[in-house]
Amino acid sequence: MTATENPPVSETKGYTWVGTRPIRHDGYDKVVGKARFAADLNLPGQLHAAYVRSPHAHARITAIDTSAAEAMPGVKAVVTGDDFPMLDITDANYDVSLNVMARGTALYNGHAIAAVAATTKAEAVAAAAAIDVTYEELPSVLSIEASMADGAPLANEQNTQKFVGGDPTNISTHTPLERGDVDEAMGSADLVVEREFDCAHVHQGYIEPHACVVDTGADGKASVWASSQGHFMVRAITAAVLDWETSRIKVTPAEIGGGFGGKTTVYLEPVAARLSEKAGRPVKLVMGRDEVLKATGPAPGAKLRIKIGANNDGELVALDGWMAYELGAFGDFAGMVGAMSVASYKFPNLKLESWGVLTNKPKTAAYRAPSAPHAAFAIESIIDEIAQKLDMDPIDLRLANAAVEGDLTAMGMPHPKIGFVECLEALKASDHYQSPVPEGAGRGVAAGFWFNIGEQSSATVNLNEDGTATVITGSPDIGGSRASMALMAAEELGIDVMRITPVIADTESVGFTDVTEGSRATFATGKAVVEACRELKTELCRRAAQIMGVEEDQVAWVDGAAVSAGHGGGEAGDPLTLAAITAQAKRTGGPLTATASLNAAGAGPSFAVHCADLAVDEGTGVTTILRYTAVQDAGTAIHPSYVEGQMQGGSVQGIGWALNEEYIYDDAGEMLNPGFLDYRIPVASDLPMIETVIVEVPNPSHPYGVRGVGETGIVPPMATLGNAIDRAAGVRMTSLPMSPPKVLAAINDRG
Amino acid sequence: MSRTHITCTVNGEATDFLAADGTSLLDALRDELGLTGSKEGCGTGDCGACSILVDGRVNCSCLMFAPEAEGREIVTVEGIADGDHLHPLQQTFLEGAALQCGVCTPGFLVAAKALLDENPDPTETEIRYALAGNLCRCTGYDKIVRSVQEAAVQLKGASS
Amino acid sequence: MQYVAPTTVDEARSLLADHPGSRVFAGATDVVPQMRSGRSEPSVLVDLKRIDRLMTVGHSDGQWTIGAATPAAELTRNADFRAMFPGITEGAGLIGSDQIQNRSSLGGNLCNGSPAADSVPAMIASEARAVIAGADGERTIPVADVVTGPGQLSLADSEFIVEFEIDDAPANTGDAYLRMTPRTEMDIAVVGAAVRVTMDGDTCTEARVVLGAVAPTAVRVPDAEAALVGSTLDEAALTAVAEAASAAANPIDDKRGTVAYRTQVVGTLAQRAAVIAAERAKGATS
Repeated sequence: MTATENPPVSETKGYTWVGTRPIRHDGYDKVVGKARFAADLNLPGQLHAAYVRSPHAHARITAIDTSAAEAMPGVKAVVTGDDFPMLDITDANYDVSLNVMARGTALYNGHAIAAVAATTKAEAVAAAAAIDVTYEELPSVLSIEASMADGAPLANEQNTQKFVGGDPTNISTHTPLERGDVDEAMGSADLVVEREFDCAHVHQGYIEPHACVVDTGADGKASVWASSQGHFMVRAITAAVLDWETSRIKVTPAEIGGGFGGKTTVYLEPVAARLSEKAGRPVKLVMGRDEVLKATGPAPGAKLRIKIGANNDGELVALDGWMAYELGAFGDFAGMVGAMSVASYKFPNLKLESWGVLTNKPKTAAYRAPSAPHAAFAIESIIDEIAQKLDMDPIDLRLANAAVEGDLTAMGMPHPKIGFVECLEALKASDHYQSPVPEGAGRGVAAGFWFNIGEQSSATVNLNEDGTATVITGSPDIGGSRASMALMAAEELGIDVMRITPVIADTESVGFTDVTEGSRATFATGKAVVEACRELKTELCRRAAQIMGVEEDQVAWVDGAAVSAGHGGGEAGDPLTLAAITAQAKRTGGPLTATASLNAAGAGPSFAVHCADLAVDEGTGVTTILRYTAVQDAGTAIHPSYVEGQMQGGSVQGIGWALNEEYIYDDAGEMLNPGFLDYRIPVASDLPMIETVIVEVPNPSHPYGVRGVGETGIVPPMATLGNAIDRAAGVRMTSLPMSPPKVLAAINDRG
Repeated sequence: MSRTHITCTVNGEATDFLAADGTSLLDALRDELGLTGSKEGCGTGDCGACSILVDGRVNCSCLMFAPEAEGREIVTVEGIADGDHLHPLQQTFLEGAALQCGVCTPGFLVAAKALLDENPDPTETEIRYALAGNLCRCTGYDKIVRSVQEAAVQLKGASS
Repeated sequence: MQYVAPTTVDEARSLLADHPGSRVFAGATDVVPQMRSGRSEPSVLVDLKRIDRLMTVGHSDGQWTIGAATPAAELTRNADFRAMFPGITEGAGLIGSDQIQNRSSLGGNLCNGSPAADSVPAMIASEARAVIAGADGERTIPVADVVTGPGQLSLADSEFIVEFEIDDAPANTGDAYLRMTPRTEMDIAVVGAAVRVTMDGDTCTEARVVLGAVAPTAVRVPDAEAALVGSTLDEAALTAVAEAASAAANPIDDKRGTVAYRTQVVGTLAQRAAVIAAERAKGATS
C-alpha cells in the first residue's frame, strides 16, 4: 500500500531486518490511547500553573504587584524574574534564561513576565489576571529593514552579540563566504537573473503544545517529566537557568507530540521547578495553543537578494547572494546557517553574505533544516527561471551543475559521498515525471539538502535471560527512530526485531545524549547502538567459547548464534544461539550488557528533489496541487515506512509554508492569528497522496550507510510550488506564503 | 466551586463523574475519568485531537461542556478496540505507519471510525474531506488515508 | 458559571428573562473560543439542544420548518431538503469540519453575527424567516433582519431563535452558494456568494443574489438580480452580475483578506454561483 518505487533494501543488500517494516514498538499504546504525553501525566497533589505574558512588543517592566494574586483562592506560589538568578552575559544559556522569564524588560508580545501555581487551572488563570504589571513602552523593532537601519533602536539591549558591527546594533551574526571572482564571472556570463524574495515567520505547528510536570522535593532535587527533543538538554538548560547542579535534576522523557526543531530548547521547566520549590508540591504546566504560537520559537522571517549568472550551455557560473534572517529578540545560529545551506551546485564563483538580526518578536528556533528553506526558495526559483530562459529541462540544468563528492560546499569543505545526481536521475525516471503535465496545470521541480550532524550519543544494550534484548538510548523518538534502533540491533545480533525492546530512558539511566536534531538520531544514536551490539557479540563469542570448550578465536557470530569454525559449535556440534548463551550468563561470567558512547562524525548530507503538478484558479488565486513526488537520498532506509513518513511530512509542512502559513502581525507587534483557525496548516482535503522515491547512496561513515532524513524534506517544496505556479499561470512569486491574494494580484499585473 | 453530577455511558460502561459546569468534556474525560487518550491540541475546535463519538457522531470534546454528556453515549479512542482485538483501523494504522508522534492518532481513529460506520465505501476524496477536521503535522496525511482505505476494504470483507 | 438545559421553549424563555448575563448556545463552536479568549463571559449557559422543537426538521403545507439548534449535519443528511435547496445545504455544510457539522446550527451560525457566516446568504436568498421567542411570546421576522452589524443582532438579550421557516421553492428554481477560502476546509469564508434563480426555459424570471463576508452584514445586490432577470445568463449578463456584486461589496482589510481581493473575488464567485444555480434550476422538476 506504499508508494516507494525502490525495492526494499533487504532485497538489494542482503539484510534480514534492516529495510523491513515492522510495526513500531510504541505503536500499540498510541492507537489505544495509552501512550503518555507530558500533559497526560499527573502527580498526586499537583498544582496547575498559568503565565502572565507581556501585551507589549518592547517595554520596561517598572513594577510587578503580585499581592492580589497571592491572596486569591487556591494560589500556592507566584514567580517573576526576581525568582531566577541573573546569569553572566557571556554564559551560553544567558539568552534562554531571559527568554524563560523576563528580567526587567519585556522583549516581545507574549514574553513571560510571571507565573502562578494554584490548585486548579482556572484559579491559576484568574490569579495571573490579577497580577498587576506596570510597563513603560519602548520603541519596538518589527522588521528586518527597521532592525538593520542606521541608528535603529535596540530590540534587545542585552543582545549578546550586538557588537558584531562595532557599535551596539541589532545585528546578531554576520557570515560572509566567498570563492572565485564573482564580479568577473557575473560580468562575463551570458545570462544573469536577479530577484528579491521575502519570507514570513512560520511555526513548526506540532499538534502537542509544550507541557511538563515538575516535582521539586524538599531535598532540592527536581523530577521533571517533559515532552522534548532532548531530555539531557532539558536537564542542562533547566539547571543552568536555576543555577543548580545538573545532578539535582532528573528528566524523564514523555512521549513527544511533534517537535521538528521547536522543542530543542526549554520554556516551561525552570518555571515549573521554581513554582514547585516555592509551593512544596508538584506543578503541571501546559501551554495553550495561543501561547505556543506567540511565545515559543517560530522559524525566522527572511529577506533575500539572489543573483545567478549562467552561460547558454547551462553552466551556472556565479552566485551572488545577500540574505537577512530576523531571529526574534535573541540571537540564534540561523543567520550563520543561511549561507552555509547553499551547496547543491558547483558554483565556481560564489559570494554570500548572511545576516542574523534581532526584532521584538519571539526567539526563533529551528524548523527542520533551519534557514535552508528560505535560501532554497530563492535560489531554486532563479534556477528555474534560467532553465526556462535557456529552454532547458529543469532537471537537466541541475544535473549539469550538481555537486558531487569532492565539490566544495559554500563553507569551502569538500562534500563527502553524496547522492544529488542519483536523486535527480531518479526523479527524471519516475512515473510522475514521465507522465504528461495535466491540461491546464503547471509542473515545478526544485532541489534541496541538509548537511546533518553527528554529536554525542550513548546506548546500552542488555541481553535478557531469555535471549531477548533491551536497547536503551537517550534519543527522544520524534520520527520512528526507536524502531530503527531495534532494526539495527536485530540485524547486528541476528535475532527477531520483535524480540528487541527499544527504550528511551531518563537522564539517570542512560549515558549523555545530545538533542534529537540535525537528523542525528538514526545516524549517531544508531551508531552507538551498533557499537554496543558489536561489543556484545564479542563477549557472546567469548562466553560461547567457554561453553564449547574452544579458543575464543575459533568462534564467530553468524545469524544470531555462535559457531565454532573448527568444531561446529556446542556440545552437540550445533551453533549456540543467543538465547542459549544468555541462559548460561551467570555461569559464564555474569550479566551480558554493553554500553557505547560516542561523538559521532561523518554525518552524511541528504539531498532531495521534489516535483509538483498544480493548477491555479485565475479567478481566486487558489492553488490546487494535483500530484506531488518527493525523491530523497536516505543512504540506507532502515525502516522504509518511516523514511517515507519523514519525506511526506516534510513535504506537506513545506507546502503549508509555501501556500498559506504566515505570522500576521499588527503595527504594535501583536500576532493576530495565534490559533489553528487563522494560522493555516494543510488539511487532508488540500492534498493528494505524496509519492516518495527513496534513493540509497550509502553514507560510508555509518555501519549501515544511514543518512539522516528528517530535515531535508522541508527544503524543496516552496520553490517546487513557486516554479509550478510560474509554469501554470505565468507569474513568478517571490514572497512567501504564495497565498491567494498575492497570486491573484500577480495575475492581475500579468494581465 | 459547585460541581454537577453527570451520568452517561462511556465506552459502553455506565459512568458518572463530577465537573464544574464550565469544564470542557475533554477535561472531564481526561481529569475525572483518567481517559487521557483524547488530547487538547488547540482548545478551540480547530484541530480534532480531542475527537470523540457522542451518540455515534464525531464531535470535538473541547467544544462541549461536561454537563452536555448527561445521558449520552460517549466513545473515546480507549473504547474503539473490542477488548484485546484492535479495530481494523487501529491495525491498519499500525501496519501502514499512519502514525509518527501519535498525538493526533486518537482523534483520527475516532473520526475515521465515524466515517466508516456511516460510509463503508468512501472514495479517497470523501476520506480526505471527512478527516479535514483532524490536523496532522507529522505524516502529511498520505499514510493515514491509505490506512483508512485498507481498513474499509477489510471491514467490507469481514461483513460480506 | 452555570449550565442549564431546558426542555421546553417556555422554560428557556423564563431562564433568559430571569438571568440577564445568560447566553444561549447549541454547538458552542463560537461560544467556547470566545470564552477562552475572554471575549465572552456569560454567567449562565443555556443549552438549547434538549428542546425537541429546536432540534426538529419538518416539511408540511409547502413550508420547511428547521429547529434553530439542529446540527448542520442533520440538515445536510436530509435528502429532500438538499434536493430543493442545494445552496442552503452547501452553505450549512461548509460550516467547519465533520466534528463542527455535528454541532453547529443555523441558529448559532446566524446569531454569532459574523458577516462571513456560511449558511446565511443562501437562507436570505430563499427569504427564510426566523421565529423568535422572548419575554412577550413569539414573533417572526425575515432572516435578513436578524443581524444588524458584526456581532450585533436586532434581538433583545432575552430573545432567541426557535426555528426557521422556508417556503417551498417554486418549480424550476435552483440555488447555489460558493465561498473562497485559502484551504479546502476549516477556514472562515473570505468571500461568499449565494444566488437563487427561477428559470423559464433558458431565461431567468426571478433572481436573488446575496453576498457574505464583504460587508458588515450579508448584503443583497438588487443590481445583480436585475441583470439576471430576463437574461439567458449570457456573457453580458454575467459580467454585469460580477460588476454589480463588486460594486455592492464594502469589505474590510483583515487577517483573512484585503478590500481589493474581496471586492474582485466576490464578483467572480457571484457569476459562478449564478451559473450553477441556473443549471440546477433547469434540471429541477416541480
